[in-house]
Amino acid sequence: MSGRRIFARPARFAAIAPYVWMVLFFLVPFGFVLKIGLSQTAIAQPPYTPVFDLTEGFAAIKAAVAALSLDNFRLLVSDNLYVLSYLRSLVVALVSTAILLAIGYPIAYGMARLPKRWQGVAMMLVIVPFWTSFLIRIYAWINILQHDGLLNQILLALHIVAVPVVWLSTDSAMYLGIVYSYLPFMILPLYATLTKMEPMWEEAAADLGAAPLEVFWLVTFPLSLPGVGAGVLLCFIPIVGEFVIPDLLAGSNSLMIGQTLWLEFFTNKDWPVASAVAIVLLALLLAPLLLYDRLQRRQMEAR
Amino acid sequence: MAEEDTKIEAAAEPAKAQPVVALPVLVPPPQVADLPLLRIEGVGKSFGGFRAVDRLSLDVRAGEFFALLGPSGCGKTTLLRMLAGFETPDEGRILLSGHDIAQYLPHERPVNMMFQNYALFPHLTVHDNIAFGLKRAGMARADVATRVAEMMALVKLEGLEKRKPDQLSGGQKQRVALARSLARRPQVLLLDEPLAALDKKLRESTQTELMELQRRLGMTFIIVTHDQEEAMTVASRIGVMDAGRLEQVATPRELYEAPASRWIAEFIGDVNVFDGQVEAREHHRLTILTRDAGVLVAAAPRNPLTKTAVSVAIRPEKVKLSRRGPIADAAYAQSLNRLEGVVSDVSYLGGLTTYKVRLDSGAVVRSSMANTTRIDMDAYGLSQRVVAWFTPDDCMVLEQ
Repeated sequence: MSGRRIFARPARFAAIAPYVWMVLFFLVPFGFVLKIGLSQTAIAQPPYTPVFDLTEGFAAIKAAVAALSLDNFRLLVSDNLYVLSYLRSLVVALVSTAILLAIGYPIAYGMARLPKRWQGVAMMLVIVPFWTSFLIRIYAWINILQHDGLLNQILLALHIVAVPVVWLSTDSAMYLGIVYSYLPFMILPLYATLTKMEPMWEEAAADLGAAPLEVFWLVTFPLSLPGVGAGVLLCFIPIVGEFVIPDLLAGSNSLMIGQTLWLEFFTNKDWPVASAVAIVLLALLLAPLLLYDRLQRRQMEAR
Repeated sequence: MAEEDTKIEAAAEPAKAQPVVALPVLVPPPQVADLPLLRIEGVGKSFGGFRAVDRLSLDVRAGEFFALLGPSGCGKTTLLRMLAGFETPDEGRILLSGHDIAQYLPHERPVNMMFQNYALFPHLTVHDNIAFGLKRAGMARADVATRVAEMMALVKLEGLEKRKPDQLSGGQKQRVALARSLARRPQVLLLDEPLAALDKKLRESTQTELMELQRRLGMTFIIVTHDQEEAMTVASRIGVMDAGRLEQVATPRELYEAPASRWIAEFIGDVNVFDGQVEAREHHRLTILTRDAGVLVAAAPRNPLTKTAVSVAIRPEKVKLSRRGPIADAAYAQSLNRLEGVVSDVSYLGGLTTYKVRLDSGAVVRSSMANTTRIDMDAYGLSQRVVAWFTPDDCMVLEQ
């Protein structure tokens, strides 16, 4: 009896804790952002109107609500600066994710087939870069890629090029940075899937007459799709909103949506438009997020 | 020793209609037509320093249901995996229809395997699982459909084509695995503990079905099992393995009634063993002085003994109990082995009852007797004094 009571309360709390977390740290802030997104920019403190002031009574609040508008969202659709930013973000994320998958899959596959005692070492090597700050690693790439950087010095010394090549502030540099930074996020879920895949399926396929390449495409790869899905979404979603890497490594002629948002917020001081940009970005990412969630749930059920 | 009778059998199997597709088929070269379907010659395999299979030789004839039996770690699975191509032998040859396939890759061999955990492809339907091997062979679509339907009927699974493996029961999975491995009509079907995952009742009925299927298809089956009852039930011949070697290759009956060694006698079924010395020999009768059971008279084994230190082994069901001992005819009674003792344990098992009799020497003799009547007024009770007796022909004399 009493035992049941002791355990009932924490259990109930544990069940609602995620919802409390969601409301406090996602829904409420999202409400603020949404409200700012519906406001107008102003040279004031805070830099937007209307401002809700609960002390001024019901009529004032009613007027404030009436002052909210969808103007900022209309702007996002009509000014193709924003549309292009969104498009560029999606394209960059798609291309990067494809490169990541093409590089990450063979690495994860190789790791999963190492002798057990070497797998831990390989895993460490994948994770070790995390011990250094992400920002420092990107700055290191700037050093390597700049005009008189390590890469150009090597290329010149080996007489592969006659004059230094422009690497920095190009799309290539940005893709390099993104792929370098996100590779562990692609490798780890793939490795987890491949390493727990039993060899019996591959053996059965070979036994039934499948040549090694057929074994891979007909059995190994389809069975690793949950890992592929996890890796792809784990990379794609944050890359769409990526800000630091394109800002530091790419040129300034075309912007990703993260950069546009930063500009609106800090340079233009247009909080309402920045908020609208953020909300549309979130809406765009909701589809892959839900897909990721479904994939994970299906994997849980399969177990 | 036991390998003599396994050799020299001819592959007298009539040529079966070959499938029209490009399945890997090895046609026996005419000059070696007297070879068995499968000949394993001095095959060895080590893992690190461990010798899993130790220069093993074995012949399997076409149409045989052969069982590899042994305790876990005896190398039987390694041997089977070498036949399938998942392991490459370090030495020796594997001749299938006269071709050495030892170095062939799994997909190049005309053998198929049924896996212990079935290894059904979880992302494919039952139909696609069975069709997998046929498509790899480039079989025409219409033929694939026909063959799959045929296999589904063979294993009585019609109507489940669209199911995924995780929507099947254990017994159904087992049937799909069987259908999948048979679909390509392999020259040899390898079965790796195929029934281990089934419960006892289902296992027994499946054993019968396997035997029927093998007989009907006239195919060669090689099954690996650690379950001696299963091996005895399904196989026409059994190879008993221990420590990477074949200890004996024989029919189930020979294996049980004439084991080649004490180890096999104890591995296959239950047995009473008395160690002793051969004292005298006359008219195929050995007189053996044992430490625990006094003087025993035993029939001389077929192969002449090379040592005088022997073990006398008697199966429990050959040991009869009686209150006084059968002494109707003095001459007959002379030749019987009679051991006096006290019943120390009685286990009623339904079909039979097993008794433990503690001899005056302290040794224990086990006897099992069929319960042939429902009401047994003559059953023996604990601490009852009895005579355990058996004939010289019931004794198996094994060298130590």
